[in-house]
Amino acid sequence: MPGKLKARIVAGRHLPVMDRASDLTDAFVEVKFGNTTFKTDVCPKSLNPQWNSEWFKFEVDDEDLQDEPLQITVLDHDTYSANDAIGKVYIDIDPLLCSEAASVISGWFPIYDTIHGIRGEINVLVKVELFNDLNRFRQSSCGVKFFCTSSIPRCYRAAMVHGFVEELVVNEDPEYQWIDRIRTPRASNEARQRLISLMSGELQRKIGLKVLEMGGNAVVGYLQCFDLEGESGLVVRAIGTACTLDKISSGSAPGTTTHVHPNTAPASNACNSPSKDGKEPVFGEDLPSSSGPPAHFRALPTSSSSPPPFSPSKPCSRQSSSSDTDLSLTPKTGMGSGGSAGKEAGPLKTLLRQQTQTALEQREFPFFTLTSFPPGFLVHVGGVVSARSVKLLDRIHNPDEPETRDAWWEEIRQEIKSHAKALACHAVVGYSESTSICEEVCILSASGTAAILNPRYMREGCLDMGSSDHRFEEPSPPSCGFCHIPYDELNMPFPAQLTYCYHCRRQKVPDVLFTTIDLPPEAAVTGKGCLIQARLCRLKKKAQGEVNAMAISNLLPFMEYELHTQLMNKLKLRSMNALFGLRIQISVGENMLLGLASATGVYLTALPAPGGIQIAGKTPGDLSNEHHILTIQKRINDTITKNKDLYQINPPELTEEAVGSPIPEPRQRSRLFRSHSESSDELSELDLSHGKKDAFVLEIDDTDAVEDIHSLLTDAPPPSGFYSCNTEIMPGIYNWTSGLQMFTSVRVFRLSNANLTNQGLSKIFTDLCENLLKSLYFKLRSMTPCCLCHLNFAVAVPEEELIQVTVTAVAMTFDKDQTQEKPGEKVIAKGAGETEEQLQFSLELCADTSAANLQSAKISGAPESANISARASSVDYGSFADRCSTWLELLRLKAHTIRRGSVKTSRRTQSLAHSASSLDRSSPLPEGRSRSLRSNRSFGCSSVTVVKMTPLSYLPGTRIIKYLGIINMFFIRETTSLREEGGVSGFLHSFIAEVFAMVRAHVAALGGNAVVSYSMKECVLMENPNKNQAQCLINVSGDAVIYVRDTDQEPLPAVTTIGQTCSGGTDGTT
Amino acid sequence: MAVELDVFVGNTTIMDEEVYQLWLDGYTVNDAVKVRMEGGVLEDYDASADVLLSDTMDQYRTFQMCERLLYSPAKLANQLLFQIPPHRQTMLIERYYAFDDKFVREVLGKKLSKGTKKDLDDIGAKAAVTLKSCRRQFDNFKRVFKVVEELKGPLVENIRQHFLLSDKLARDYAAIVFFANNRFETGKRKLHYLTFQDFAFCAGQLINNWTVGAVGLTELSSPDNMVEDMDVDLDKEFLQELKELKILITDKDLLDQHKSLVCTALRGKTKVYNEMEANFKNLSRGLVNIAAKLTNTKDVRDFFIDLVEKFIEPCRSDRWTAGDMRLYLTHYTNSAHILDTFKHQVVWDRYMGVIKSCIFKMYHD
Repeated sequence: MPGKLKARIVAGRHLPVMDRASDLTDAFVEVKFGNTTFKTDVCPKSLNPQWNSEWFKFEVDDEDLQDEPLQITVLDHDTYSANDAIGKVYIDIDPLLCSEAASVISGWFPIYDTIHGIRGEINVLVKVELFNDLNRFRQSSCGVKFFCTSSIPRCYRAAMVHGFVEELVVNEDPEYQWIDRIRTPRASNEARQRLISLMSGELQRKIGLKVLEMGGNAVVGYLQCFDLEGESGLVVRAIGTACTLDKISSGSAPGTTTHVHPNTAPASNACNSPSKDGKEPVFGEDLPSSSGPPAHFRALPTSSSSPPPFSPSKPCSRQSSSSDTDLSLTPKTGMGSGGSAGKEAGPLKTLLRQQTQTALEQREFPFFTLTSFPPGFLVHVGGVVSARSVKLLDRIHNPDEPETRDAWWEEIRQEIKSHAKALACHAVVGYSESTSICEEVCILSASGTAAILNPRYMREGCLDMGSSDHRFEEPSPPSCGFCHIPYDELNMPFPAQLTYCYHCRRQKVPDVLFTTIDLPPEAAVTGKGCLIQARLCRLKKKAQGEVNAMAISNLLPFMEYELHTQLMNKLKLRSMNALFGLRIQISVGENMLLGLASATGVYLTALPAPGGIQIAGKTPGDLSNEHHILTIQKRINDTITKNKDLYQINPPELTEEAVGSPIPEPRQRSRLFRSHSESSDELSELDLSHGKKDAFVLEIDDTDAVEDIHSLLTDAPPPSGFYSCNTEIMPGIYNWTSGLQMFTSVRVFRLSNANLTNQGLSKIFTDLCENLLKSLYFKLRSMTPCCLCHLNFAVAVPEEELIQVTVTAVAMTFDKDQTQEKPGEKVIAKGAGETEEQLQFSLELCADTSAANLQSAKISGAPESANISARASSVDYGSFADRCSTWLELLRLKAHTIRRGSVKTSRRTQSLAHSASSLDRSSPLPEGRSRSLRSNRSFGCSSVTVVKMTPLSYLPGTRIIKYLGIINMFFIRETTSLREEGGVSGFLHSFIAEVFAMVRAHVAALGGNAVVSYSMKECVLMENPNKNQAQCLINVSGDAVIYVRDTDQEPLPAVTTIGQTCSGGTDGTT
Repeated sequence: MAVELDVFVGNTTIMDEEVYQLWLDGYTVNDAVKVRMEGGVLEDYDASADVLLSDTMDQYRTFQMCERLLYSPAKLANQLLFQIPPHRQTMLIERYYAFDDKFVREVLGKKLSKGTKKDLDDIGAKAAVTLKSCRRQFDNFKRVFKVVEELKGPLVENIRQHFLLSDKLARDYAAIVFFANNRFETGKRKLHYLTFQDFAFCAGQLINNWTVGAVGLTELSSPDNMVEDMDVDLDKEFLQELKELKILITDKDLLDQHKSLVCTALRGKTKVYNEMEANFKNLSRGLVNIAAKLTNTKDVRDFFIDLVEKFIEPCRSDRWTAGDMRLYLTHYTNSAHILDTFKHQVVWDRYMGVIKSCIFKMYHD
């Protein structure tokens, strides 16, 4: 009995009228956990009941604590008939199980009903008392922290990165069970919500167990997905990166001044101050299993104790681009060719590679879901690796042994691994998995970026990494090192144009680089980045079963090829040479396939300037045709010039002869990093045919080329004042102000014309995306200058002839005046500034250690960064977001005015965060913090905490001081009165607003004031207008955090942390 | 090919004030799009009318969802569904409860009943306000009326607290409630020239001086003594006492004495002295008769029409200027204090104070 859960129901408000006669409600509450249920008294005739219940105590296993949610049901008491349910609240108590996260959940939760939506609110208090359990064979993994954030969270540093963890659980979907033929849709939807909540809990617990097994204490980049397979069941799966994280004691957080340059200092501490941190990773030595994890790693999970056998029951229903990968791949690129590595840095490279190999090759899957890394972690980047496979779904016979699903993913991961090997890389970073399901066909996709990593974060118990490893980093400066090719120049996995790095001139770089990760903060870029999308539609005959699967898998390689070509062309059109955050989605519908590739284009200073695009006709000599070609060529050239201007791409002129001249020469041929092309015969043929021509000569007699040109030229640049990207970091913008607007936009488009061609369809799809972007720009016009960051498009084909596009992003304002700075200089200047700052810091420390002094020292010591923050803060003072965070004060103020008739204006502009942090200072205990924040909030009884939401891992102008736990919520909403609710748009609009409200309420109840790394994983809408019905499922996740504004005083920096900062600073200079 | 669904939801609810106004004014989505197009919002955006339509639809939906909350504005501050910054909340409420003076002028003093609501299309047409907007405004009047009816305490303060309105708007609503409660006649042809603001001012004067609550301000300042509806109903005792003023016109000596006092004071100070002197008795009779009749509910309703007929019209036909009016009424009021036999000074002041300011407001040059 290792845990006691306590819950108290305080009060309700804004309840709906349940008794028409009296216009009132007799409400009571049922509190359920596991199989135990408690009830409150009935609070008669009130819409704002006060229950003030006793503490309901549940004595439970911690295993249950992790799996089960706390269920709170509000009911209307009825003497004569059955009690009516008003609605429910599910509370995930996981954040309470970790000592570093929240200590109590307390606040107003919206009461949610699947039919009526939010119906009033209920005030609940939840606490957990956990007893230490030393049982080694325990089933629970309490205390393992989960983060959606796909970088090392702000107030932690990574002592060790263990690697890939994955798990999936399977169950029958209640909606497809026999009982649903007799129970109401509402009951079955509630059953679904409950089940998924339970499954997510179970999944997290199991992943946590694996993490403990590996010796870690946290999962970063946790990505959980649902596959609604319909009749064949419900799959919940998750992947993540196991890490050992050490908390940086509050107050130091050296990354504060630079939101764009996260975790610079703390991470480098990790290796350089063994005196202090030395004892932490010992942890790893204690557990014998972690020193040799690979063997256990896979064997442990669920039930498949041996590597799952390839399921023979399903005669190969998939034929994706990369069947039989291992066969075709291994011979191609003489693996482990360390000996024949590049001449220049040969020995070092080899040594490094060997080291990395030992660290990584033991792992079954050297995958990392991280997209942004501590400096020095990422050594080289090879290119994008991806694999897809088409499967036919069949009923999962035994949910406890989801072998088939496991085997499917296993297969794909193996493929990815071998692709990475083909690029001479040992690891895959920025790794993600996804599915698209239509009826019984399912496309499984995985993609990532092949890379070579510095092994020092992965070596168990290795503390002497300091100096020797540093020498390895030396040859590749951080601003360009990752661009240098990891593969062997003489034995390239694919034809590519190599040149010497334009930054360091010492090693070779490719002419283009595609990756799925974020732009490394230290990378040198020229100009600004922008969102680049490739969109494509392909018609497909309706079919059943294997024929259908076959048709789809035949289409896939062509689609990928075209998407890549489009991306490449659009990249050239913008004069850029690298893509980050590349995400390719292929969605399957009954009669079409949709492909959408999104990425952030950027000009990497280290890479050669891209060539232009040349148009050629197939039949030279035809005069009218020639003229046509000339006009198109002119338009393209004009666009390139315009884009260079727009994105401020003016690379420094090279004194020596430029290797990549702006005019496309015949020999300059750029190839895509499409490793899967190597693995499939048909594709390599395709590649060859393409290879005969110049990659950037578009022949306009070709119908495909017409389409290409069309899609090239229809992309309108964003209106002035707007920038966009789909990554965490917007290349070229560094001076964010605090204006912030997260949003979700959904569009469904009906194709009325059944006889569309591929081109027609693609055009419609392109227009749909473009118009959506235009709408977003228009909506957010009041925020300019701003950047839409983390623009995440999700496409689906919910029904025949319907295309659904869902976008979630955040608009962030920035200070226009400072954008002109050259990023390269900026990085250097910044580094210097930081060092200076920290040095001064320590000097000050000797003289006087009072907090106030430190504060001033900091500002004076870092002219560059202080300047920025000062200016930024002066801007955001009057900004919208600032005003947002002062609601509380204003409202309270208002209440004052009304009651006393006197106005106090002195504290008006103080923000919530500000007051929270000032309270913090008086209570240095971490628990005290959240409590003081809460008491502060509840004081202003009538107001609601402002909760910011962002898909990014940071909030500009602020510092995250505490992670409170993961938010992972699943909701279903249904209606039988669609018209009355304003049609599908009205229905979905209110549902999304409700989901936001529930997320905010949960975060506020945890004591937080923001959600970072927020994402909407799933938004499945089903409608039947004829029956006036609709149903929608939404799954959202993120990390609940407490942030304070940068401008606020730091709460009591401890002496130890200052020491840390210093060593971090010196580290930076070496 | 058609967009079947199109929504945009922000974590902070985005609201465009211009669109909000169009929604409040009862424009249909399409009309609103037209107005916005003409306004030129799209100029800097390479966007078509579709963008505007989509944006307008989104906003209209948001407003519709918010409307429920606006019925009791206090809810807006602690609801969880929409994250709206406080200054926006204030804007939403203030605009939602704002009304067209022309429209309110039409319904002022009418019973806020279903019957009146049925006539809203006619009234709206007269005031050039869309029916939808009329309905909102009318329902607002009704809602405020209903809430205030059940509350104790000062009227304006109640409205301001309960509906979180600005002081000005709360005063206007107090006037509307006051007029609706006492059913003052405002629709007669002779009163047409008066604006809502004229009436609102008069209502304020009446509320502050002639109701039970008005006395409360000085005498019964502790909240325990609050009388129900103290601001909505006129002080019955006071109305009774007004009958005593009749002596000013029934007592011949008193009337003459009053007249000579006023005339002495006015002589040489105005161009219309002769007319004033000639009309004195008539005017005085008019004002005092109004006072004496106020015990009848019917005559209370006719209060404004009586003021116009018995006083303002005669003066206007004699071409008094506003200055003349001020001069005359000041001396008329003050002279009464010098009359030895006139004992009702307090009641006289309470009566004439209001009458004076009402007439000043109602007398348009």
